[in-house]
Amino acid sequence: MSSGTESSGADTANSPLSVEEIKVAALAALTVAGSEAVLDEWRVSYLGRKSDLTNVLRSISSLPADDRKAVGASANLLRASLEEALAEKTQELRGAAGSVADALDVTLPGRRRRRGGLHPTTQTIRELTDAFGAMGFQVAEGPEVEWERYNFDALNIPAEHPARDSWDTFWLESPDGEGRSDMLLRTHTSPMQARIMEKADPPIRVVIPGRCFRYEATDATHEWHFFQLEGLAVDKGITFADMKGTLFEFARRIFGPDRKVRFRVDFFPFVEPGAEMAIDCFKCNGQGCSLCKGTGWIEIMGAGMVHPSVLRNVGYDPEVYTGFAFGMGVERIAMLRHGIDDVRQFAAGDLRFLSQF
Amino acid sequence: MKAPVSWLKEYVDINEPLHEVAHRLTMAGTEVGSIDQIGAEWGPVVVGHVQAVNPHPDADRLRLVTVEYGGEDGPAEVVCGAPNVAVGQNIAYAGIGAMLNDPYRGGATKLKRSKIRGVVSNGMVCSEKELGISDEHEGILVLPDDASVGTPLMDYLGDAIFDLELTPNRPDCLGVLGVARELAAIGGTAIREPDISYPEDGPPVDSLATIRIDDPDLCARYTATVLQNLTLGPSPEWLVKRLAAQGQASISNVVDVTNYVMFEYGQPLHAFDLDAVENHAIVVRRSYAGEQLTTLDGVQRELAPDTLVIADPEKSIGLAGVMGGANSEISDSTVNVLLESATFNGTNNRITARKLGMKTEATLRFEKGLRPGLSEVALRRATKLILEVAGGTAAQGILDAYPEKDDAVVTLTDEKLLKVMGVEYPEMQVIATLEGLGMEVERVGSSYEVRPPYWRPDIAIPEDVCEEISRIVGYDEVPMTTLSGRVPTWEPSLERDLREKVRASLANHGLQEIISYPTESDSAMTAVGAPTEYSPLRLENPMAQDQPYMRTTIRASVFRAAARNARTWRGAIALFEVGAAYLYSGEGLPEERQMVVGAFNGPRDNDSWVSDTGASDFYDAKGAVEAVLEDLGIEGGFEVTDDPAFAPGRCAAITVNGKSVGVVGEATRAVLEAVDCDRTPLAAFEIDLSALGEAIGESNAPRAYQPFTRYPSSVRDLALLVDTGVSAGAIRDVIAKNRLSQQIDVVDVYSGKGVPVGKKSLAVRVHYQSDTKTLTAKEIEKAEAAILKILGQELGAELRS
Repeated sequence: MSSGTESSGADTANSPLSVEEIKVAALAALTVAGSEAVLDEWRVSYLGRKSDLTNVLRSISSLPADDRKAVGASANLLRASLEEALAEKTQELRGAAGSVADALDVTLPGRRRRRGGLHPTTQTIRELTDAFGAMGFQVAEGPEVEWERYNFDALNIPAEHPARDSWDTFWLESPDGEGRSDMLLRTHTSPMQARIMEKADPPIRVVIPGRCFRYEATDATHEWHFFQLEGLAVDKGITFADMKGTLFEFARRIFGPDRKVRFRVDFFPFVEPGAEMAIDCFKCNGQGCSLCKGTGWIEIMGAGMVHPSVLRNVGYDPEVYTGFAFGMGVERIAMLRHGIDDVRQFAAGDLRFLSQF
Repeated sequence: MKAPVSWLKEYVDINEPLHEVAHRLTMAGTEVGSIDQIGAEWGPVVVGHVQAVNPHPDADRLRLVTVEYGGEDGPAEVVCGAPNVAVGQNIAYAGIGAMLNDPYRGGATKLKRSKIRGVVSNGMVCSEKELGISDEHEGILVLPDDASVGTPLMDYLGDAIFDLELTPNRPDCLGVLGVARELAAIGGTAIREPDISYPEDGPPVDSLATIRIDDPDLCARYTATVLQNLTLGPSPEWLVKRLAAQGQASISNVVDVTNYVMFEYGQPLHAFDLDAVENHAIVVRRSYAGEQLTTLDGVQRELAPDTLVIADPEKSIGLAGVMGGANSEISDSTVNVLLESATFNGTNNRITARKLGMKTEATLRFEKGLRPGLSEVALRRATKLILEVAGGTAAQGILDAYPEKDDAVVTLTDEKLLKVMGVEYPEMQVIATLEGLGMEVERVGSSYEVRPPYWRPDIAIPEDVCEEISRIVGYDEVPMTTLSGRVPTWEPSLERDLREKVRASLANHGLQEIISYPTESDSAMTAVGAPTEYSPLRLENPMAQDQPYMRTTIRASVFRAAARNARTWRGAIALFEVGAAYLYSGEGLPEERQMVVGAFNGPRDNDSWVSDTGASDFYDAKGAVEAVLEDLGIEGGFEVTDDPAFAPGRCAAITVNGKSVGVVGEATRAVLEAVDCDRTPLAAFEIDLSALGEAIGESNAPRAYQPFTRYPSSVRDLALLVDTGVSAGAIRDVIAKNRLSQQIDVVDVYSGKGVPVGKKSLAVRVHYQSDTKTLTAKEIEKAEAAILKILGQELGAELRS
């Protein structure tokens, strides 16, 4: 502000109203104010820079020394009480907004576009791959119709190995004629371990989401068609301890920072040592509840150090390279997180289910 | 596999709570699925003594039994229908309030005082089935004479059984002793080995029988002995009980021992009637072409080539490791037995079992590959027990054909152990742990020379030993470290990126993603216009018999989902699926071409005061495609086309850079019927993602910034009258050619009242704008006139007055 403006303010103080007169006029005007716009004008008139009250306050220095204190005090008191009255009036007007002629029914639904959404499996895969992505894992994918060789043999599960019983298999008929072909619907995403290592040299750090199939009866917790997320890390110097740490970090990202993990011994022909990872139940914090069936722990995935035969099969020297692999059921993770009690919902294509996610 | 705690305790001390023991077994790899408590729920069931049995006054088949059971009010009188109840027996007496299994309906029920044919029954005399011990319900359970009357039956018969879920690498735990060894190793306690010594009172064994292995590739070891002058008969109660807990019926004392040792050690054995074996000579050989054998179950079986048989010089007498032959079966008249304990090839055994459809307790174990060392121990154990339960004498020595000695040694270096586990285990700990597992360990320099025990077939490589050490010490003891070291170089994944963008775009545009089974019926695929140049691959064992094919189109799945939802969902139905069409071209794996199909049916939006709830149609499907293309930053075109799934005149090809990448349209009546959709129209689109990816090609670069003009635009509306056959696209193209037209929107299409028949009215809003100056009214009029002139000449369009 220039000093010129100040002096012009002083000029208007030629015929000053008394504090009491200002008060009467201001309160009268405030009583009849009917909208916030009017209130704004009122504020400018009675409390603004060019208002009478401001002029009174500015002119105090020109008053006789004896009067200064009294006028100053009463003017400031008035200012405070006018501000308070304004606030009250504003509140009053706002509170009565519903009665305003052009008011809207704010409870009517807003204009919005029809909501779509990603399948919960897709959403879960995205979260899982993001969690591993943050640890340097890339995403790869592979065929759903697979050779027997990749699905089994390359993974240290030769024909007639009793472990094949763990993977009830859909076989494709030979396209040329009678009998069974050597094509199958992959029973797990693990064949991608071999496919990836055949193509690339270490270091490998990859996760593989994908559709899998098992020839088994379906019920609320078993489905013949499901998704898995496979993981593989191979390089010099990768250890079981690294596997534990990596999967712990994953569990924290997906199930919460306070999660605990537990590894127990399990057997898969393509890893050694083999493990199964569980997390402490995120619903009851390990106290035991219906979700964890009273155990306090929830099984999440199988894992282990890549079997030297698997490494040898793809031309890696197991004396030089080590690594770990893991695999988990995507629907299972989604079911745990969303409290879904029937896995068959995932492929049912029912909007009553899908629209909830 | 069931491991009764009472049986385990024979070999190892169990002092901790059972759930704790089960937990430790599970953590170390032998998963305890459940602990079945037998007797915990029985309540007032005690050992009773039958004092009197009298006829029931009103029922021939019922009797009144007086039972002394140590109760304060003296003996109880109960009504009993069992034929075998007799004075002097010790029995299981259930008082009022006992929880017993209902033998007919199943489930536990509480015993009430009741009147049976007019006589009050104060409790019950129980069968095994009622107690949940076995399925036996022919008669009551008779307890031994030394059972003390009044003792709670729980103390006498109660048990806990670990129901184990074993992994296929641990056939040793298919024997109770193997599980006990696990417990001992985990707990660091000692194992009490079963007694395998017996008096060898008979003649030298090689004077009684001979054995010969003709095919050592299928039989690594064959041990046998001869027992003479046996007394065949029923087994003692302890033996019957242990077998019953395994679900194995008692057959005879000799056969029961072979089964018992199998459940104890995991080694299947077989007993032949020695006198049925020609020349007392055993030959282990492959079957002859066309050879047949009638097995113990009375079935005559054709033996495939490579079936291993046990034979004498004249005939086969057993299917090796699967089932014995009927011709050498132990019978009541058997007195001399040749006892076999052999190591058959696991793979061959499994093939034979599969071909013959004969999964037996024996094949369950043999198929996993047993160690030759086990056969001799099991043979001696069984010999000892047979002498105990059937008398007789055992021959001196054993017959042992063992062509190639199995002496597995695994070398684990300190370096390897550290490299695999990432943790250093002290030498003392390694040695103690491995020895606790029954391994012989020798420290040689910085290595451990490890000889796994005869019961463990799964220790073959250093990594196996790493697991043994770490699992017994505990996986919990391994620290957690994060991955250090190299991160792989990034590899582009254009297909996946494109697919995920399309997914997100469709979801944002209000479509819900679905995932369907990828199998399909032939008729549905034909109905929705699957590509005819590929014949679909067929599953040998489809889950649904009417959908045996791997789908070559995903249309049917999505259309069906829309139709199904129409019956259950009140609002808008707008679905899409991304999935593979499996296209087999005659060799290799099928191409899994990623397709996107969207379907719309019923109201466009959910009911609301502001929503448009008209039926979705072609333009909804097209709009979704346009949104996807716009999100991808590419321009697409739509051209009239034909597709068997879509009604003629309501179908367009989607083109990108001149290449067809998909189709949009409204389904034909025939399609609606095929997918059971009763609401029209069913509007849909299909995008071939690999075609789209190819069409986009290099243009998939980030969008280039276009500078926008600073000069204002002017808007003019054109109300045009054209023949109905003239497309909006054609008009648009003409206007777009004028260099001042910047944006063209068709804002209204109308035909009907006020418009001549055969004509339609189109309102087009054109924004005129220049990059270099503000346009004058005159310049705009000039441009508009030029446009109208060409529209008139080329399309016969005239301005509507």
